[in-house]
Amino acid sequence: MNIIKIEHIAKIYQVGSEEVHALADVSLKIDKNEYVAIMGPSGSGKSTLMNILGCLDTPSKGLYDFSGENVSQMDDNELASIRNRQIGFVFQTFNLLARSDALHNVELPLIYAGVSGAERRERAEFALEKVGLADRMSHKPNELSGGQRQRVAVARALVTNPSIILADEPTGNLDTKTGADIMQLFNEIYELGNTIILVTHEEYIAEHAARIIRLRDGLIEHDEIVKARYIPKGSIAK
Amino acid sequence: MKNILFEIKEGLLISLKAIRANKARSVLTTLGIIIGVASVVLMSTAIKGIDQSFQEGVASLGSDNLYIDKWAWFDNDIPWWEMRNRKHIDMEDFRKYNNLAKQPIAIAPSAGSRRTVKFEERSVESISITGTDNNYINTTTLTFEDGRFFNELESKGGRSVAVIGSEISKKLFPHGGAMDQSIKIGGKKFKVVGVLEEQGSWVMGNWNPDNQVYVPIQNIFKYFVSRHSNSITINVRANGSQNVDATKEEAIGIMRRVRGLKYDEKNDFSINQQEGLLSNINQTVGVIQIAGLLITGLALFVGAIGIMNIMFVSVKERTREIGIRKAIGATKRTILGQFISESAIICLIGGLIGLAVAIVGSMVIAQFDFPVTVDSDAVILAITISLITGVLSGLAPAYTAAKLDPVDALRYE
Repeated sequence: MNIIKIEHIAKIYQVGSEEVHALADVSLKIDKNEYVAIMGPSGSGKSTLMNILGCLDTPSKGLYDFSGENVSQMDDNELASIRNRQIGFVFQTFNLLARSDALHNVELPLIYAGVSGAERRERAEFALEKVGLADRMSHKPNELSGGQRQRVAVARALVTNPSIILADEPTGNLDTKTGADIMQLFNEIYELGNTIILVTHEEYIAEHAARIIRLRDGLIEHDEIVKARYIPKGSIAK
Repeated sequence: MKNILFEIKEGLLISLKAIRANKARSVLTTLGIIIGVASVVLMSTAIKGIDQSFQEGVASLGSDNLYIDKWAWFDNDIPWWEMRNRKHIDMEDFRKYNNLAKQPIAIAPSAGSRRTVKFEERSVESISITGTDNNYINTTTLTFEDGRFFNELESKGGRSVAVIGSEISKKLFPHGGAMDQSIKIGGKKFKVVGVLEEQGSWVMGNWNPDNQVYVPIQNIFKYFVSRHSNSITINVRANGSQNVDATKEEAIGIMRRVRGLKYDEKNDFSINQQEGLLSNINQTVGVIQIAGLLITGLALFVGAIGIMNIMFVSVKERTREIGIRKAIGATKRTILGQFISESAIICLIGGLIGLAVAIVGSMVIAQFDFPVTVDSDAVILAITISLITGVLSGLAPAYTAAKLDPVDALRYE
């Protein structure tokens, strides 16, 4: 089943009197439990594509269908709700709230989802345990290492049980060793049955994915399956 | 409904966190509101205090009293030259009126002058000396700390006796013992036969009995002013407020007869009443009120601009935070609410501190015999205006925050 289906999407910016096509014409489908890497040099439109896939931005043209909902027609509030319920973001710069501890950072999406009290706390604690930070919950981001910060961000992305995890250069600010640990974490998350979309320009990072989509000049240059899709134990493959 | 309450609660918690995280700045921001609210509260209680003392002072004149005088005290409809050209009211007019009037329970003449009052080395200058007769005390509600008013014998005989107000007693006899002492009024010796209790309030100025000296009226004419070149006042006390109008009508009738006015001639005297003073005072208080609230309102306004300014800075500074919040699902309304409640909380805290400052301030002022007390109205006022100020000054910055584009906000360095 398609979680994401985009058809002939374009994003056009007006720069002075010139029109810039950040995305020219992109169509793709992503299924549940896929692990996709989106690659491309800078200026290829991969950030724009990620923003649109993440419902942070809307396309100038084309259709975006997210689990059967037409996202391209949504207003700001509906988009906020989709981001909150369906998408878990992991950013290159972590983007944690600097003044809040790890637990509060992970609780935040649940606050916006209207989950209250004990349940919220429990779920946030569980997510932090899953990423291996059970003993760092009351630490603020500046008291954590880069890898730990990214783990908090991953926990925050997971806590709402989103349909997709959207990771934008998640290892870009980490050293190789820590980066590898984070990629290992993504692998585990993927193997638990999650759908992951990874934006990167590093080949060795993209190699973790089962499918690699290469962009150039706002168009899909190449889209190939590089690994057999992992089938979680106990589930029945179509 | 439950959702909205949840959102408000979470919004408040988030705002509180943000305020605590920026303590120094929050305190500085609050300062403007503290000053604004403190001055509004102090000013409004001060005005209330002034008004109250005016009203009490006027009430101490007695609402049952009429004053027949050549001059209208408060009525500005009669041109002053017309009143100046009126015949003086003299002791003869008083005697005739006194014989004819049936309504009043007490009638007394009075004439005044200003003199220095001395006792040995101590002296007080420019004191209002009221000359009257023994009935005067019955036209007033004056009470005595010591002694009595001069009696009929002393009054008729024009003896050199004096009743002094409490302020004068305090100044001339700081250690007490004014009774039976010989004081000098305008160089003439008078024996103190009575000391009044503290009566009026400072707002009454010349009217304040505390700053007056009463002597038999003959003395005034004998020593201080000419009987012929000065008009007297006839002090009349009606038998209860329900009889004030009847007493006034009777007084007009009698005075017209006494003064020999023809039917088509205008009154050449005025009947003055406390009411006239009251409306005058209300006007004055009104002006003070408007001016005071304008000035303090300005202080509050400046405070509000300060809050708005800081909130704009805060929004700018936290652009990235807003981006993060939006990315993980905060709606426009949530962000709007967050920043508005932040500024409302800052203002409310400022308002409460301002209120505390005002309460302390009013206690200090009260030490100087200025009647101010911060009452529950002032508390409600402080809370209301600080909340309104907070919401209003948070509105524009919060709106700026709410309409930030998440992509741009996340990219903001």
